[in-house]
Formats: sequence, structure tokens, C-alpha cells
Amino acid sequence: MADIASLNTTAVAIDAAKPQLAAGPRGKRPARAFSGTNIMVYGTLLVFACYYLLPLYVMVVTSLKGMPEIRLGNIFSPPVEITFEPWVKAWSSACTGLNCDGLSRGFWNSVRITVPSTIASIALASINGYALANWRFKGSETFFIVLIIGAFIPYQVMIYPLVIILRELGIYGSLTGLIIVHSIFGMPILTLLFRNYFVSLPEELFKAARIDGAGFWMIYFRIMLPMSLPIFVVAMILQITGIWNDFLFGVVFTRPEYYPITVQLNNIVNSVQGVKEYNVNMAATLLTGAVPLIVYFVSGRLFVRGIAAGAVKG
Amino acid sequence: MTVPATTAAPPARKSTRPNQYFRNMSAKIASIPMILTAVVIFAGGTLWTVLYSFTNSRLLPRMSFVGLDQYERLWAAPRWTVSIVNLGIYGIFSLIFSLLIGFLLAALMDQKIRFENTFRTIFLYPFALSFIVTGLVWQWILNPEFGIQSVIRSLGWTSFRFDPLYDPALVMYGILIAALWQGTGLVMCLMLAGLRGIDGEIWKASRIDGIPAWKTYLFIVIPMMRPVFITTLVIIASGIVKVYDLVVAQTSGGPGIASEVPAKYVYDYMFQAQNLGQGFAASTMMLLAVAIIIIPWAYLEFGGRKRG
Amino acid sequence: MMTRFRAAILAAGVVLPLGAAHATDLEVTHWWTSGGEAAAVAELAKAFDATGNKWVDGAIAGSGGTARPIMISRITGGDPMGATQFNHGRQAEELVQAGLMRDLTDVATAEKWKEVIRPASLLDACTIDGKIYCAPVNIHSWQWLWLSNAAFKTAGVEVPKTWDEYVAAAPALEKAGIVPLALGGQAWQSAGLFDVLLISLGGKDLYLKVYKDKDGETATGPEIAKIFKAADDARKMAKGSNVQDWNQATNLVITGKAGGQVMGDWAQGEFQLADQKAGTDYSCLPGLGMNGFLATAGDAFYFPLLKDEDKSKAQEALAKSLLDPATQVAFNLKKGSLPVRGDVDMSATNDCMKKGLDILAKGDVVQGADELLSADIQKQKEDLFSEFFASTTMTVEDAQTRWAGIIASAE
Repeated sequence: MADIASLNTTAVAIDAAKPQLAAGPRGKRPARAFSGTNIMVYGTLLVFACYYLLPLYVMVVTSLKGMPEIRLGNIFSPPVEITFEPWVKAWSSACTGLNCDGLSRGFWNSVRITVPSTIASIALASINGYALANWRFKGSETFFIVLIIGAFIPYQVMIYPLVIILRELGIYGSLTGLIIVHSIFGMPILTLLFRNYFVSLPEELFKAARIDGAGFWMIYFRIMLPMSLPIFVVAMILQITGIWNDFLFGVVFTRPEYYPITVQLNNIVNSVQGVKEYNVNMAATLLTGAVPLIVYFVSGRLFVRGIAAGAVKG
Repeated sequence: MTVPATTAAPPARKSTRPNQYFRNMSAKIASIPMILTAVVIFAGGTLWTVLYSFTNSRLLPRMSFVGLDQYERLWAAPRWTVSIVNLGIYGIFSLIFSLLIGFLLAALMDQKIRFENTFRTIFLYPFALSFIVTGLVWQWILNPEFGIQSVIRSLGWTSFRFDPLYDPALVMYGILIAALWQGTGLVMCLMLAGLRGIDGEIWKASRIDGIPAWKTYLFIVIPMMRPVFITTLVIIASGIVKVYDLVVAQTSGGPGIASEVPAKYVYDYMFQAQNLGQGFAASTMMLLAVAIIIIPWAYLEFGGRKRG
Repeated sequence: MMTRFRAAILAAGVVLPLGAAHATDLEVTHWWTSGGEAAAVAELAKAFDATGNKWVDGAIAGSGGTARPIMISRITGGDPMGATQFNHGRQAEELVQAGLMRDLTDVATAEKWKEVIRPASLLDACTIDGKIYCAPVNIHSWQWLWLSNAAFKTAGVEVPKTWDEYVAAAPALEKAGIVPLALGGQAWQSAGLFDVLLISLGGKDLYLKVYKDKDGETATGPEIAKIFKAADDARKMAKGSNVQDWNQATNLVITGKAGGQVMGDWAQGEFQLADQKAGTDYSCLPGLGMNGFLATAGDAFYFPLLKDEDKSKAQEALAKSLLDPATQVAFNLKKGSLPVRGDVDMSATNDCMKKGLDILAKGDVVQGADELLSADIQKQKEDLFSEFFASTTMTVEDAQTRWAGIIASAE
């Protein structure tokens, strides 16, 4: 066991020195192309890929069918006649009450909400994480633990207290209020991520900067920020997904002129009466999910790298 | 609380060390938003909730105390007990399978495979979709009339039965299938990141010593990945406690009350039944349970320990 | 169409010369988002816009769980909308008591609401401490049995005329592979079904005794036991209808996969959309064909107290235009509901709706459960019946005891 322990420390040391080490595969070197292991590895991955892709397949196929075909058919059969009608309808003419301009109505509102909320929540959480990792003060850990417990509170319970607080501050119904709400609910998990990341950065850097007389902000901006791109990418992906998909806060804490795209999605998908247009539902779903999906496709590589460097050590 | 204030920060320069309160001044100022959030929103909001759970508030919060009435009613409600049991089943299986599948996929992805990017995207994309959508799609796929069951029956196996969402004994597992689909991709990413953080030297050493791969994973790699597991655990567990949208979209709590969960009880009683007191009592019980589990663990994990 | 539109302009114009002076935007929130509902709201908006103001639409789908917390938050958060839909009944009581809602008594008196609104209980539901706080817009009733003529033909039995005949026909339907009774999985449908059985089989007096007087002895007594027995029949007949939404259940009836469904008059819209004809393709039995009582439920608009004077004026204009005869006809035809005024011409309606109008004209109406019981009690009933109708083991006696317990706890 002794050699394992020493390996352990070496590993930590090496890792600490190269925190954003490229995320190359590190597992056991695979054997020849068609070995039994390989077949098992790819076989398992393919089986799981089917499980993950099946719903996407159903969504895409359904969104390309006309309603008569959907009523007849089985959900897995490919469309007999491909129609893009549902996509057009979901984007530009599905009705929300009297406003028949589809998802396009809320799209820019969602952008207006998501961008500042993401920036604000990440900025706050990164500073928190930095303070918790490098500048602990008496009680800081207690606040942190309260935050972590906060991650477990069902959002709905906090609606009324937040309404009251925002009302007293005079920012109820404004975009500012909503940004604050998103920052509050994003804070627990993000702070945890950033704290773990900053803790993993080599302490020597911090010490050296302190000896050179750098203060809190100087170290944050000059040393910590440039080294933490990967974790910012992770946080960004988490927040964009969360805020983009949020429905409840978007409507409870703003006015109709700021209603996000999910309001239209909810109205299309959740209408309590009338015929459900499943094809439009699916098209609307895919369209709404498009923004986070694109963010994933573009930054997927960075995501893993970021997590590799960030969430790993605590 | 015995967190030494100076464990993290190395001694400041002697000239700037007036007294205890002004030390780390910038850090304290920078932490004000966090402190406010923790104290005012989370702690304050929670206290507020607990306080009003002793009242008979209905649509609007009001201060007319009724003692423990709301709690007595809560624990007498069959739906609440069913919700608790369901959360237990869902929580345990969700934790086990998320970690298991997440780790398994990550380990497979770590075998220097081809198309790693493609596989990773496939596993991760469901996370971009909201729970409402996830629930809707899986409700379809699991629907006996036109989902998997009907397809397999049409292939000739006419007695095939797969309708978990309509069987009270299986419904929580039907929801679990959808939940795992949505969430395991993120767990896989976290695990993969953890594996990548482990030095290649370890694998070399274990191969030289002739230790089988599974043993290396179990006894060396996994213990080294402890922080990853903790981050993952917090993310999964907080999701489990709050599970709501998925159940609403998939089953609305049915058949009957077979798939009710506590967060849904809270929400339904706060807003549909317009009985805030009852909803607050239920959420207080949820928080109490969470606090009992988390506080001791959190102190061990984050409190008082040395940096790194 | 055009004439009706003009009539609305005229009516509103005459009533409110001041409103037209300057256009005011008024945000109106509601949860009418499906095709037919949206078309109905458009009528309201059109009538309001004709007064020279502007209807700003704030639609949020998903009634109880989704829309209400948003509306309540907006009102308590100090950023209220101009008007909002609620089911009339006791839902908005506390907002009124907290002084957040506007008193409409002046408008109501000027417009003689007390004389024209029928049944009078609708306005009672809007009245708190002698003041009127809401404008009812339509009447929905729950007590309808929708039957698929095709399904009964397949089973070789006649289309039943009463609930009892229907129950008797159930075995034949089952034999033909048809689910006798379609019942969606959501809790409100189960609770609604029971209440329909209670009024239709037990009669008005029994219904009022338990839901209005909360009479404990009756609740545990043999008369109610009969209703639970009927609910047990329904439970057996509904086995095998694996659907969630009410309109999916209606669809089972439309396609002949189910024999019938107990659902409110809004189900009619589904039959119309599927091009089904009342009488030939489907049959409707108000009051389940037993006794013709309808319980009223419906929607009403509430008006938060606003500081802005122009907006307050616009609120008055809106309240007036909602109850304008022309608006009432246009709105309710699209919505498939009944108008709240007895003095309007609804000759354009179909047979089933005419049956409903006749009952209304005869005055065979009772207050709906939403008006008599608080949302809290209603929710507990939902939990109970949701469990009961899905369970195979819960006994009738058990269910009655628990139900009586809930009634006893009602205020």
C-alpha cells in the first residue's frame, strides 16, 4: 500500500503543477483493433448511444410528420411524407393566447435574460469560490455550507420570500430583479465548482504573488482569471442551460415584455384544452433546446477539459 | 466552528495587519453578496418558511399560529407518506445508477476510443433539454398504446408487456429511466474529467505490478477521485430532492398517487390548494431531512480542513 | 361577424363615451391558450379594443399549478396586471380581503348586473361583504355523459339513456374489447367524476347537504354510501383507459375505443373538431340522464387595484365590455360554454348546448363545488379520488370514511 500512497502524492504534485493539462485519454492502452475488449467497449458504448438517441429520433421523426399520420401511427416509424410545417408553425405562428408569432416572440427576451444573468452569476460565484479557496475568514465555511444546503431547497418554496424582498427593494418585475434571482439560485453549485477549482491551483503561485504585495483583486484578475478559462466554460454551460430552460422565475419575476421563450414553449406544450399537436410540440422542443445544444456542440471539448481541471480536486 | 482564519491566506505583510476585523478586508467585502445570499435568502427564507409553517396561512402568508396542526395533518395524509417512500426509492436508485452508468461510460470513453467527441455529445445532449420535455418524450415512448410495447407486439410477441407508467408498482422506475437519460451525461463528463486528472504513471505502475484493471479502478483510481464524487453527489442529490417537473410531465403523480413526490406535494398545496401553511410544513420536513444528512457531512468535508 | 363586431363597438361606445377619449394599454392575464379558447379570447379583446383601449395579452398555459402562482406573485409583488382570469369561487377571496383587488360595485350597479346575470349564484360568488369584485364571463357545467354511438353498436346494445343503463351495458362493451368508461389519469378528473355522480345520482339536496352544510351525519350515511357504490362501478368500468389528459380520454370516445366519458361541456369542442355530429355519432346526457341538475362552474375576471387613473378607467371599460350581450354571444360560441346573461340569443348553438341552455332557463342549477369548498378541500378530495380510482384494493367504506373526514375539516 505504501507505493500506492507515494504514487498518489506524486500524481497530486504533477497535477497541481499542470492544472490545465490537456485532457488526453489516460486509461489502459487499448489492444489491437478487433480484440475482444474492443468489441466489448464499442458494443457497450453503442448500446448506450441507442438509449440516448432513441428519444431524439422520436422527436425529430414526429416533428416531421403531419397530424393525421401521428394519429394513425407508431411513434418510431419514419414519416411517410416529410413536412416542415410543424417547424415553421412552432417558430413563427403557434399561438400563445392572442399572440400568434410562435417561439420567435420570446427568443430575444431569452437572450436578454440569459446573457446578463449568466455573466452576473458566474462573476459572483467565481469571486466567492476564490475567496473561499484562498482568503478564508472566520465564518466563511459556515456561509458556504448554508449555500450548499440552499441547493437542496425546492425553488417554489422561495418564491414568496423573494417576491417580498424584491418588492421591498423596488426591483420587482424588472430585469435586474430576475438577474439577481438567477444569480442567487446558481450560486450554490457554481461556488462549489469554483472553490474546488481554485483550491486545485498551485498554492505557490498565490504565495509568490502575496510576497510581491499583490492584493485580493490584483491576484484575482492577474493570476486566477487567466488560469481558469476551463472552469468558466463549465460554469457558462451549466448556467446557459439552466437559465435558458427556466420557466418559473422568468414569468414570476418579470413582466410580459420580458417573457422568455420557455413561456411560449410551455403554452404550446402544456395547453390544458384542445387538441395536442405533437409534431409542433416536438419541433418547438427542438427549437428551444437548440441554443444550449449549439453551445454544447461548440464547447463540448472545452467542457470536459474544464471539468477535468476544475471539479476534480477539492 | 473552529476554522483558523489564517490557514488559507499566508501571513500578510507586517505593515498591513491592524487587527482581526480588518484582515482580509477585500475578501470580506467581495464576499458580501455570498453572505447576503446565504444569510438573507437561504437562511432567512428558510426561517420565514419554518415560521409560517406553524400558521394557517392560505393564499397569502398571515401570522395566525395554529401550533403543530399543519404537521399533524401532513403526516396523516396518505399522499405524503407515499411521496416520502417514492423519493426514497427514486433517490437510492438514481444515485446508484447515475454514478454507476456515469462512471462506466467515462471509463469506456477513457480507453482511447475513436469518435470520442461523437459519443460524448450523444451522452451529454439530453442535459440541454428541460425536464418537461424529457418527461413528455418518455411518456410517449413508454406509452403502451403506441410506444415500445405496441412496437414489440406488432413484431409478433403479442403478450409482451412494458407499461411502467401505468403500473403503480413500477411507475417510479419508469420515471427513473427518463431521469437517468437526462442526467447521466453530466455525471459521465464529471467522471471522465476525474479520470483524466489521474496521472498516467499510476496506470503504468499498476501494469508493471500486474494489478488487474478493475482492481486499479476500485482501489486506486476511485479513492483518488473522491472530490469529483463529492461534487457529483451534491449535484445529483440536490436534483433528486427537488424532482418535480419530470413527474408532472410524465405521470402527474399517477396512476392514482403512485408516483407523487415531496416537492410536488409542496407545490400543489402551496399553489393549487392555496394552503401555504401546509406547503411550508411539507417543505420544512424536506429541509430538515436534508439538513440532518448534509450538515455533519459538510463540516467534515469543507469545514476546518486544511486547504487542498 | 362584421355586424356582431359593429354591435360591440356600438354597445361599448354608447356605454362609455369617455373610454374612447384616450387609448390605455391594459394587460390581461389568463390561461386560455388552446385553439378554440384563444379564438374566444380574441372576441373579448376585440370588444375591449373597440372601446378605444388596448388589450395586452398575457397568456400562460396550465391553469392551477402554473398560471396562478404567477398571477398571485404579480399582484402581491406590487406589479399587478390590469385584469386577470380566475375560476370564480373562493380562489381570490384572500386577495380581496388583503385589499389588493378592485371593488366593481359601481360598474355592476350601473350595468344592472344583478338583474341580467343568471343564475344569480354566479354574482354571489363574486360578492364579498356585499361588494362585487369580479365579472363572470361564462358558465361551464361538469355533469355530462358523452357516449360513442359506434361503440355501443359494435357491442350490440342500445345507446343508454341513463347512468343505470350505461352501467348495465358495461359487460357487453367489455366483451367487445371496448373500455366502458374513459377516464384520464389526472387527479381533477377523478374528483370531478365523483362530484358528478353525487349531484346526478344523489340529487341537489344531498349535494348541498354535504358540500354546503358540511353535514357530518349525511356524509357518513347510507345515501352517500350509494354514491360511493356507483363510484366503485365507475372505477371498474374505467379500468384500462391508459390516458392522462382529458382530451385524450375524449378521443377514446370519438374513435369508439371507449363507450363513454363523464366530462364537462368543454368536451364538446373535441367532438366538433373531429367532425362528429351530436345524435348520430355521439350522444350527450346532461346530468347523466338521471336528474337534470347542472352545477355551475366557470371563469371570471378580477381586477387588481391600480394607482394609475387611466388604467382604472380602462378596467371599468373592460368590465363592461365583458358582459356586453354581443361579446357574451361571440365569446361563448367560440368557447363552447354558456353565457352568463339570460337575455342573449344563442340560437346558433348545437343540440347539446341547447339542452344545457334549457336546464339553465328552468333554473335547475346548483352552485359548483369550487364555489362551495375551498381550494384546499378540493385538493384533498382530488388526492383521495385519484387514489381511489386507480386502486384495486381501496374499499368503498374506507374511501367514504376518508372523504367524510375531509368534509368535516372544511370551514
